Amino acid sequence: MNLAIRDVKYRLGRFILTAIGVGLLLVAVMAMGGIYRGMVEDALSIVRAPGADLWVVQKDTNGPFAETSRIPDDLYRVVRAVPGVREASPIAFQSVQLEYGAASVRTQIIGYRPGNLGGPPAVSSGRPLAASRFEMVLDRKAGIPIGTRIPMGRMTFTVVGLTEGIVSSSGDSTAYVSLQDAQEMQFLKANEAVRNERARLQADLEANPSLANLSAMSLASITQNTNLANAILVRLEPWADPHEIATRIERWNHYRAMTTVEQEQVLAKNVIERARQQIMLFRIILLMVSTVIIALIIFTMTMEKTRDIATLKIIGAPNLKIGALIMQESLGLGLLGYLFGALLINLTYDYFPRRVAILAFDQFILFGIVIAICVLASLLGIRRALAIDPTTAMGGGA
Amino acid sequence: MAAVAAQNVTKIFGQGDSQVVALKDTQLSIEPGEIVALMGPSGSGKTTLLRALSLIDPPTTGQIAIDNQLVFDGERVLTDDRKLRRQRMGIIFQAYNLIPFLTSLENVALVLTLNGISHREAMTRASELFIRLDLGHRAGIYPATLSGGEQQRVAVARAVINDPAVILADEPTAALDTERGKAVMDLLRNLGRTRHAAVIVVTHDERMIEGFDRVYHMIDGRITSH
Repeated sequence: MNLAIRDVKYRLGRFILTAIGVGLLLVAVMAMGGIYRGMVEDALSIVRAPGADLWVVQKDTNGPFAETSRIPDDLYRVVRAVPGVREASPIAFQSVQLEYGAASVRTQIIGYRPGNLGGPPAVSSGRPLAASRFEMVLDRKAGIPIGTRIPMGRMTFTVVGLTEGIVSSSGDSTAYVSLQDAQEMQFLKANEAVRNERARLQADLEANPSLANLSAMSLASITQNTNLANAILVRLEPWADPHEIATRIERWNHYRAMTTVEQEQVLAKNVIERARQQIMLFRIILLMVSTVIIALIIFTMTMEKTRDIATLKIIGAPNLKIGALIMQESLGLGLLGYLFGALLINLTYDYFPRRVAILAFDQFILFGIVIAICVLASLLGIRRALAIDPTTAMGGGA
Repeated sequence: MAAVAAQNVTKIFGQGDSQVVALKDTQLSIEPGEIVALMGPSGSGKTTLLRALSLIDPPTTGQIAIDNQLVFDGERVLTDDRKLRRQRMGIIFQAYNLIPFLTSLENVALVLTLNGISHREAMTRASELFIRLDLGHRAGIYPATLSGGEQQRVAVARAVINDPAVILADEPTAALDTERGKAVMDLLRNLGRTRHAAVIVVTHDERMIEGFDRVYHMIDGRITSH
């Protein structure tokens, strides 16, 4: 006769409520784990999306995700000539805020040459960029449907396709546009600024005609050179050694070549490291809190059965039977709580504002931890149960 | 052959100045099928004697034999006390002490399953006993919804289901009215006789001692008369 099953059946409502409580606690643990993983995945998705082997960036910088990197966009022609390089293409990044209806949507603009490296790995709805200007492929997370026209500065873009799960290291959705659009967005001055600059030049020339020889320079600064990119993406031949080619490119002045792994490390270790550590610490604290709460629940459940356990001892139940009652209930509570928590997080993780990556491996590890917590908690309960004096069940005095 | 024998049983609680002698050189011998009552005022040592005989709280000195087997030799318990209780003893409590999360039938069958009998057979045997005790209609009911008299009858059934050599009852009628108390006492006596078990009933209710083979009186830890 399984006493644990009968006890649970008898107090089913309360047991389920307690398990739900434990489950909610575990949801918080799972969510923190998912946010932790999501943060890493988000950070890496934007680096991995282009499928590049090398990133050529401005010298002495860590690339566009960590700091400002500006290089000429035609550098890709030179890079492409290096033996072992199969493809090379410029890419530009910029954070902008799109106005969509009444909402502002933070977006990471990625400018690339359509048909070349740097575009979205897959378009889940609609189509990739086809025209060379004013088209945009957005991540679904932005919540902007295909066909929407979005004004940005001097340009108006039309959303032609949607991607899935490609976001910036801060979790903002990405928007792919042509390199030329991205360059103008990033490097070209706004009309008002150009008019202001012209007016100032005019005033300077009128006040001091000798400055006329500076007009060429000034005009250049007004019109701006937009032929810049933030990095050159490089895809190598299968036989090529990335480190060797990176070393060769770095021999040129003004450039640094980073492998994708190095770029990932920059993001994971430098850009999101503190946030990552903070979440990890919070996750550990949550696990400790869960351990204490589960142990308290099991201990309280045991204390409530003091008289029943004393009676069981008097009618001759062995310690194994009493221990099994407590351990099985504890494991049942943990299992039910875990299942509830896993179900809830799997149903809700998509609604979190940032990516919550629920990995089967993490779930499995957490399951093992929950079982270990339940076993430990039940050992405390069993210790208490075995210490119960059987005379507790008997009335009368001396 | 005594079903229960106690020789010079003494139980001392505490030490030094706070020492309390609860049982003093108690002698007791009860034959199989014999039904005895143990009477006395509160604090006279009745329950302590039951605890000592059942090895729930073994005595300080003296000897105890159950079913003709020495189980306490004056220094130590010579057997697995829980095994002894589940195999050869039935214990009835003043407050019934049914396990609340088991149905009344399961409460009774539990004793058999603790003795290694299969769940199915235990339930069958418990059902047969329930029918004999006219409790069949209460088999699937949890103790909390039974009346006090019904709970104590279930407790009696639990005490006798394993055909024990000894049945120890601690104030089994204290929480019942006279009519229900007498019914429980009759049941206990009948079952004790038919199953040839030695029955020791602790009570301080004079109205309940009709039909006992012997009545022991205890005062200050000693059996003074029978």
